[in-house]
Order: sequence, then C-alpha cells, then structure tokens
Amino acid sequence: MAKATRQSFGEALLEYGAAHPEVVVLDADLSKSTMTLAFAKKFPERHFEFGIAEANMIGAAAGLAMCGKVPVATSFACFLIGRYETIRVSAAYNQTNVKLVGTHAGIGIGDDGTSQMGLEDVGAMRSLPHVTILQPADDVETRQAVTWMLQHKGAVYIRLTRQKVPDLHGADYKFQVGVCDRVFEPSKRPAKLQATVFASGGTVGEAVAAAKDLESRGFAVRVMNAGTILPFDAEAALRCAAESQRIVTVEDHNVTGGLGSAVCEALAGRGCAVPVVRLGVTDFGESGSGEELYKKYGISAEHIADACLRNL
Amino acid sequence: MPSANTLSPTAELKSLTRDLRVDIIRMIEAAGSGHPGGSLSVIDLLAALYTRSLKHRPKEPGWPDRDRLILSKGHGCPALYAVMAHEGYFPKSELMSLRKLGSPLQGHPDRMRLPGIEASTGSLGQGLSIALGIALAAKLDKKDYRTWCIMGDGEMQEGQVWEAAMAAPKFKLGNLTAIVDLNNGQIDGHVKEIMDLDPIEDKFKSFRWRTRVIDGHDFDQILPALEEAKKPSDVPLAILARTVKGKGVSFMENVIDWHGKAPTKEEADRAVAEIQKNG
Repeated sequence: MAKATRQSFGEALLEYGAAHPEVVVLDADLSKSTMTLAFAKKFPERHFEFGIAEANMIGAAAGLAMCGKVPVATSFACFLIGRYETIRVSAAYNQTNVKLVGTHAGIGIGDDGTSQMGLEDVGAMRSLPHVTILQPADDVETRQAVTWMLQHKGAVYIRLTRQKVPDLHGADYKFQVGVCDRVFEPSKRPAKLQATVFASGGTVGEAVAAAKDLESRGFAVRVMNAGTILPFDAEAALRCAAESQRIVTVEDHNVTGGLGSAVCEALAGRGCAVPVVRLGVTDFGESGSGEELYKKYGISAEHIADACLRNL
Repeated sequence: MPSANTLSPTAELKSLTRDLRVDIIRMIEAAGSGHPGGSLSVIDLLAALYTRSLKHRPKEPGWPDRDRLILSKGHGCPALYAVMAHEGYFPKSELMSLRKLGSPLQGHPDRMRLPGIEASTGSLGQGLSIALGIALAAKLDKKDYRTWCIMGDGEMQEGQVWEAAMAAPKFKLGNLTAIVDLNNGQIDGHVKEIMDLDPIEDKFKSFRWRTRVIDGHDFDQILPALEEAKKPSDVPLAILARTVKGKGVSFMENVIDWHGKAPTKEEADRAVAEIQKNG
C-alpha cells in the first residue's frame, strides 16, 4: 500500500522508542508534518518542542547525544540544511550520535513550492565527515532504515518523502547500510542491459515504472535502489556498469552533489568509462502537484525511459 | 603576613591567576598565533570555576556525575588549557604545544583530541544550545550535575544564542548557568560600536532568566555568583561578568588589536614581567 516514508518513519520511531528509553525526539514546530506527533503524545517526557528555532534544536540534540541519549531531531530537509554550520560543528565535528530527520524531500512535496523543498541537502551533507546519509524508498525499507539509524552509534541524516510512494520491497527485504539493492530486473537478459537506473527515495517508483514500460517495448533495464547515499555502494555501481550500456541516475534533488554525483565519483574513481546520464532538478522548484513537477523537471518515469534510450 | 596555606580564597586565586596569565602569554607566544585578549579577560572566571566550584575529576574526565563546562567562546581556550593543566588534566609541559601539528591543544577546543573538553567549539553561538541539551539530559536522568556555558559578548550577536536563551526557561533548566564575558571587544572593534548589546541584563531578564551582574575580575564577586548558581531553582542563571579585554597586561588592556595576535618574545617578556610585578 502506498505510504509516505515520513509516515513509516513516525510509526517505526514510535515502535522502537517504546522499548528504548534513551530515544528522545526534538521538533521545531513541525511534528504534525514530520510525523513525530504520535511519539510526542505517547512519551511527552521524552519529546522536546523547540519552536521555530532549528539551530538551537540541532545544538541541543548534540548536547543530549553527549550524555548518552539518542536524539532524533526533525524538520523539513530544507530547514535542517539551512542550519548547516550548526550541523557541521555541533553534530558532525563533535562526532555525536545525533539523528537528523529531514522530511519533505524535493519537488515531490508539490503545492507548497520552492521554499519548503529540500533540494540541496544531500549535496551539502555529503561533504560532512562522520555522517551517514539514508534515503529509503518505501514503507518496508524505511522501517528498517529507521531502526538501523536508531541502533547505530554515529550521526545519521535520513531524507524522507512527504508524498506517498509505492511498495517496492517484499516483507523478506533486509536493509543493509551502504548497499544498493535491485528492485527491478528485466525477465530477458541480453548480453548487455540497455541501462541500469540508480534511483533513491521518491524516484525509485518512477524508475521501476520506466523499466516496466521499457520491458514491454523490448528493452532490458535494471533498477537499483540506493537506500544509503553515504557511504555509497561503489561496488554495485561498478558491477552494473560492467553489465550495462549506460547508467542513468535519477533523484528528487539538485542534479549536483547527490546520488548522480556519488555514482559518477564511484565509477570515475575506478576508471570506468560507461556513460552516465544524470537526471535531477537543475533549478529551484515551483508550486504544482508532485506528479506535475516530476514531469516538468524531468524526473518522471517518461524522462527516465527516454534517458535510457536516447542517443548520447 | 599570612602563610601560604592560610591565604584567603581570594588571595589564593589571585596568586594562581597570576601564574595562569603567564602561561597564557607564553603559550600564545610559542604558538605564534592565538587570542590573548579574550583569554586574559576570562581567566579569573575559569580559575574560580575549576578550583572552587566545578564538581570534576581531572584524572577521570568522563566521570558521569561531573559538572559540564562548555567554553562556547572557543578562542579563549588558552585560558581553559592553562587551568586544566593546573588541575592535572594533562602535564603543564603540553601547554607549549598549543596550535602545533598533532597537539591535543587545538586552536579552538576539540573534545575528540583532549579529554576534559566537553564540546568542540569555536563557531560562535553554538555552545549554549549544546549546554541546554546536556542540562536537559541531566533532568531526564535525574542527575544533579550542573552545566555551565561561557560565552563572549561579541558572541551574543549570534541569533542562535537567543534561540537557546528563549528555550532554557521553557524547559525549566535551573541546572544551567550562562556566563557572559563582557570584555567589550571583538575583532572589528568595540562591541558597543560593532553591535551594541546593552541593556544586556534586561535582555536576559526579558527572556525570563535570573541574572547577576558582577566584576569578572573580582573574586569577592565571582565566588558568591558561582555559589548562587548552585542553589536549587527552576530558572536558569545568567552571570554577566564585566571584564577587561587583555586584563593584567597594560599594553593589551582594551586594545582591540590584541584580540587575536601573538606577542613577540620581547612583548611577552614585558607582559610577564608586568604580570609578576603587579599580580
């Protein structure tokens, strides 16, 4: 059943937090949107409302972490990354166990428009040492990624969707940090795949739709899901590059600095010369429905299919 | 004349801070860079805290029940290092490694490199938020340790400080004490001219803090203020300490250029001679 990954996060947090008193949650006036409200209601003594003051929230989370708490600080991705200097020094340089939860990733949020869209957060966070970056694709993966995050000792940034995303993983899926998993494999395998698409978060469903469409048209395309963006699974990129005529990356984020960059760095660093077509947002967004914006900004299933086929 | 072991706390601290001021000058001279002005303004507060007030164990810096002190004005760390060495966190000989490659005594405090440093600071405006988180954790764990945060006055221009100042009374953090080193100096000039903070006490009061204004070089005022911080309360306390930037070295006092400049050998010798003569 389609569900927003922020919703899955809220449910997993409540479940894990019930059995782990060290988990505390910090909010900046968005608990209804980041889906921590249920935790806040059930465990009011472990929930701290900071008001519209994200920098202080992040700094306080660092302090709580220094005392053995597992602080989960949530806001929209854009508002967290706006407090980059506090993330850099208080959370990352201090090597804390802070969990930063950025919801409302990308243009997929739709109507609210640019100022509410996290579009540069992954690029900025990727340049910070001591931080792991997760972006799960569906309900099953989000629950496991959240549990992993809360058990892991170290700073984690997890990026979540406002919009519902389709189920892509079966109940038997096992999330592994730093590993990309295959979410679609064509039934007929030519000597070389037409393409392998690397997607993450809100774009994985689009990529699978594109691959299915292409299969019906006789093209073999694989889809890899990057549930972890940092550390990136370079081995998966190399393996897929060896088996594909091209790599396509698609992300609901600025085309610079995110998943596409991670894939290119992995391949170029190993001397792999396979062509990479990067799809991502190249401007700020605007208001509209998420579906309309995915089409307009070139990260919908149609654009992914085109990127797999067009002459380079 | 009283013998050394019958000196009053104030006289003892005066004697100690004379030595610590010399350490500060010599460290920064050896490093060839650093911040003498704000180190000399904060040293009396730090010395009083570490020797008379803080619950701490230098040989067990991770002791869970210790008081936490965060030097948010991280550039004043030569003063902190001098006090920590005196208290036995590390050998005094290490002081001369300040700012050198591989030294635990980084140009700004680094908790991963020097045990006893509670938080890595230096990006001004962040320490009070971290201190607030630590104080929240103490409440959650029903621990009675206190959290202290020392900020500079220029630092108070950062917006994040006031986010934290707004939040601490809301969370009833009577276990949190902010100390502001009001030395009226910052890199570009006097605080009053760059971005005036006054009335600073009214600002804290309007943010619902308890306040106490003291002379930050007078131990007869510092020690009672630190005692007041320990009294049970639901309201955080701001100790607003009027200080002199470069205190103790006449040619540095209130001279903006000494915010972030190392003395030459000749200047350091002159400074040390003066500290020892006047102390």
